[in-house]
Amino acid sequence: MFKWLHPYAKSENLYRLSGKFLFWFGWLGFIGATVGTIWGLAFTPADYQQGDSFRIIYLHVPTAMMSMSGYLGMAIAAFIGTVWQQRHADMTVIAIAPVGAVYTFLALFTGAVWGKPTWGTYWVWDARLTSELILLFLYLGVIALYYAYEDRRSGARAAAILAMVGVINVPIIHYSVVWWNSLHQGATVTVFEKPKMDTSMLWPLLINIVAFGLLLGAFTLMRLRNDLLMKEGHRPWVKQVLEGKS
Amino acid sequence: MLEARRLSLARQSRQLFSDVSFSLEPGHALLLQGRNGAGKTSMLRILAGLARPDEGQICWNGTAISQSDNYLQSLLYLGHHAAVNTELSPTENLRYLSALHDDDSASIDDILCAVGLAGYEDVPAGQLSAGQQRRIALSRLWLSNSPLWILDEPLTALDVKAVAGLERRFKQHLDDGGMLIVTTHQPAILPESVTQRLELAALDPEADS
Amino acid sequence: MSPWLETMRRETLLVMRKKSDVLNPLVFYLLVISLFPLGVGPAPETLARIAPGVIWVAILLSVMLSLERLFRDDYRDGSLEQMLLSPHAGAGLVLAKIASHWLMICVPMLVLSPLAALLMGVSLKALVAMMLSLLVATPALSMIGAVGAALTVGVGRSGVLLSLLILPLFIPVLIFATAAIDAAAMSLPYLGQLALLAAFSVAAITLAPFAVIAALKIGVQ
Repeated sequence: MFKWLHPYAKSENLYRLSGKFLFWFGWLGFIGATVGTIWGLAFTPADYQQGDSFRIIYLHVPTAMMSMSGYLGMAIAAFIGTVWQQRHADMTVIAIAPVGAVYTFLALFTGAVWGKPTWGTYWVWDARLTSELILLFLYLGVIALYYAYEDRRSGARAAAILAMVGVINVPIIHYSVVWWNSLHQGATVTVFEKPKMDTSMLWPLLINIVAFGLLLGAFTLMRLRNDLLMKEGHRPWVKQVLEGKS
Repeated sequence: MLEARRLSLARQSRQLFSDVSFSLEPGHALLLQGRNGAGKTSMLRILAGLARPDEGQICWNGTAISQSDNYLQSLLYLGHHAAVNTELSPTENLRYLSALHDDDSASIDDILCAVGLAGYEDVPAGQLSAGQQRRIALSRLWLSNSPLWILDEPLTALDVKAVAGLERRFKQHLDDGGMLIVTTHQPAILPESVTQRLELAALDPEADS
Repeated sequence: MSPWLETMRRETLLVMRKKSDVLNPLVFYLLVISLFPLGVGPAPETLARIAPGVIWVAILLSVMLSLERLFRDDYRDGSLEQMLLSPHAGAGLVLAKIASHWLMICVPMLVLSPLAALLMGVSLKALVAMMLSLLVATPALSMIGAVGAALTVGVGRSGVLLSLLILPLFIPVLIFATAAIDAAAMSLPYLGQLALLAAFSVAAITLAPFAVIAALKIGVQ
């Protein structure tokens, strides 16, 4: 594992490799999201119960799924950074965190917008929404901890540890919230039970899920590359890169 | 034997030092010199294993210090802060520190007398002067039998008599085959014949101009 | 004496010298609880309804406040470096330190809980559940909170940051502890909730010391 990672421990190599990935992630994600969203919003039949309001599922489900995957990805990067002491892995943690937080916020926002026509209110303490809200707090904690440190590298290391502690807790929090929700059964409507979706509705959703994942990767890589340039500003390769572009 | 191989450290895109190598044999002292901000304290912390260098490694008897199973037992590090809790008395402070490092706690009272803290054993350290607090920390030099001492400005706030006592202790330690790495503004207290000097030149171009 | 016992002895001495470190969180605990009747009105049925939640939120907050100082003084005076340089396993030393914190902050809360229950009009059955939940769940709070305290030790004014880091992690404890008290108030069995809380505590005691050590090493850099 270490041997395989080692060439990319050099910032310059990582910068070039991530550039190639960024190109594919970015374009495939962009095209996929465009196709999936237009297909979903304009060309799928309306839901027989919810009418057109269900269409927000094409944004809500991909952002919600990817916000969780983002946290998992962050924890995996943190694990690599801790075990193999790769500081670029710590930088990746910090590159993912704000992107994941934005995805989480979008999932909450679309959830609230969807909630209004379905439940008649923007917010209910539904188990999934509550978990998503707590996930947002976990993301914000990671970001806040990073920026609290004066030394960026120590901040990234600390954020990585918090991400790992958090990922152990995410399933515990999720299941305790689900249990809590079943205990306080109130206005919850099980709108989210979605396996009965028609395939014509399902395809654009799947496309969007993949595309949003690719975009998450692309945004992360963009942030990581920026960080690399900032951090290594005094190295010759950065000057080469910057001169080559301008 | 302590060996440092090609150590480099940068802080916030400022290179503190790079490619620093040295080795220290038993019975020898290393005097770390350099202007303020040259990275002396950072170097000592790296040598103690509290911080990591960007590049390079440190070996204790041929094993990297992070892998070595007896480096911490062999090390006595006194940092910039004295590790003296102001709420606790000298005796209580030393009891705790000795327990952490497996030092001999039976002789604490004798050593407090020897360093001139007789009569202050049960006074909270916060009521003592800066020099007296420093003496509490330095008492560990008499309690410990670690071969490698890493001391960051040990003479700060000490009076002439205490400095002389410390000088004798350093000489005794080196004669016993101990090793000493120290930063100080009074290099004269180290025996000249066994002292190596390491100058951390400021690599920062702004500092040079 | 072994370094673990010596650590606990030192922490105890420090608390004896600085009693405010223990007393302030306890006063805060009772103060927060007594604010609620003023806020929602003194009707006994309302109070009894919200009592478990109020009491446990007050516990979470005061445990969190008390944790801010856990490593702060040791960080400032250099003792923390000495602890990390000890040849003895850091996890054991950290565990001794957190255990002292638990004994001196959480156990007094347990002792004060009848008073808190009196203020909120909690029945005797629910009081027993509350004390049991405090007993089995507060170790988890101390351990998780210590991770947060260790992560923020190198950061200047860390109070609000600490709460942002650890309060979300306290949520499962809050849910199951209040559920246990609720169940007891309705004369339902609550052993399951207690068992889960105990499981959280055991898991936290096993895992958290390693996270604390890793975080402290970053802090002293």
